[in-house]
Amino acid sequence: MQTIQTLKFVKKEIPYWTKGTVASAGGSIYRVSSDWVREDYIGMIKSRIGALRMNYAVAPGLYAVGDPTKESDVFTTANYKLTFDILRRSLKGMNAWVLVLDTKSINVWCAAGKGTFGTDELVKRISETRLDSVVSHKRIILPQLGAVGVNAAAVQKKTGFRVSFGPVQARDIPEYVRSGYKKTKEMSTIAFPMLDRLILTPMEINPVMKKYPWYAAGVLILFGLQPAGLLFREAFACGLPFLILGLVAVFSGAFLTPVLLPLVPFRSFAVKGWVVGMLLTLLAVQALDIDYEGSKLLLGTTYLFFPALSSYIALQFTGSTTYTGMSGVNKELRIGIPVYFGTAAVSLVLLVLFKLQEWRML
Amino acid sequence: MKYLANVTTLKYVSEKCSGCGRCVEVCPRGVFEMQDKRAAVMDKDLCMECGACAKNCEFGAINVNSGVGCAAAIINSMITGGPPSCGCGDDGSTCCV
Repeated sequence: MQTIQTLKFVKKEIPYWTKGTVASAGGSIYRVSSDWVREDYIGMIKSRIGALRMNYAVAPGLYAVGDPTKESDVFTTANYKLTFDILRRSLKGMNAWVLVLDTKSINVWCAAGKGTFGTDELVKRISETRLDSVVSHKRIILPQLGAVGVNAAAVQKKTGFRVSFGPVQARDIPEYVRSGYKKTKEMSTIAFPMLDRLILTPMEINPVMKKYPWYAAGVLILFGLQPAGLLFREAFACGLPFLILGLVAVFSGAFLTPVLLPLVPFRSFAVKGWVVGMLLTLLAVQALDIDYEGSKLLLGTTYLFFPALSSYIALQFTGSTTYTGMSGVNKELRIGIPVYFGTAAVSLVLLVLFKLQEWRML
Repeated sequence: MKYLANVTTLKYVSEKCSGCGRCVEVCPRGVFEMQDKRAAVMDKDLCMECGACAKNCEFGAINVNSGVGCAAAIINSMITGGPPSCGCGDDGSTCCV
């Protein structure tokens, strides 16, 4: 009876994506499955839309794919489960070792930038897993994007292992291995196709929409505020177009600009976002027949504020792209921030003028 | 796709290059190519200042002021006065997946 209970307990601790163990000189090692099951797909979707609140992680350490020997390749990855899942799926049919670094459940690129996918962690993990006794060679393959955090020469000096930076994408690993560990230019550069950009947009929209209720409350109070108190009907009459146009600006800056990125003219993200924002604001005003009962002040505010809002939101996408650098973003912000502050200030003045006019104080 | 022109801080001194090819191996933007057993910068404006090349050049031939090209991170650093950081991960969130 007790044995069964113990067995149950142990079973619960074993991750579902493992398939037994393999023996190695360093001890017994979990073999991982190369097939995804429903939980993996759900995890992927949740992590893409930012719905995962807990750590989406696998335990750092050494794993096996297939039946690796002392001669098999060692691939290194982050302990963000989505990253790990993509790697084990890409290694389907191969016999290899997978060394998982503790990156605090962050993907390789971001972790390398932070230094958690780094020289020290790799050196530590190589010695902790006794990799030198598990394999008889001295080769270790890292994802290319890990190079931001890993100094290959330092790793070799400290562990004897010679680092090769493999392809950017795990899916290119089989071809990389077949061609004698040679990378084509496509394997070593990051393409940023529309689908990749589309996948990233929920993480652009979510943070902005978290602030939207505050914006909505501000708009309704502003328009509802009358000498007689806070009036509901007035709040909606002019407030509703502002609420809609706010959503249009979010759609423009956080979705349309990223998705259409190379099709939108200019290289600056702020300008791209402004262009798309202006077009959509014009379209929305036409389509919804917004005229604020003839108020030129509100119409002026509309064309000033919403394209600028779209521009600011689009600028945030620089954090998700694979081709923008710090100096460029700095330059955009040096020019952009005064412009955004100026736009917000002028918009506020126009709105105050509108209220004064509305209250017949002007 | 290319970002703003003439902004990168990438500096390469070809006299120091030993021709090991690490920079070509690590650059995700294809900035470097081997020419006559030495690395050559093909198009500087492709550089996104990730710093992988400088980190892995044993001969000090490459220098770049690397960091995150992320507006939110840079704005945060302006407010807090600290270095730009994604701000992701410390609480288990995964902002830049």
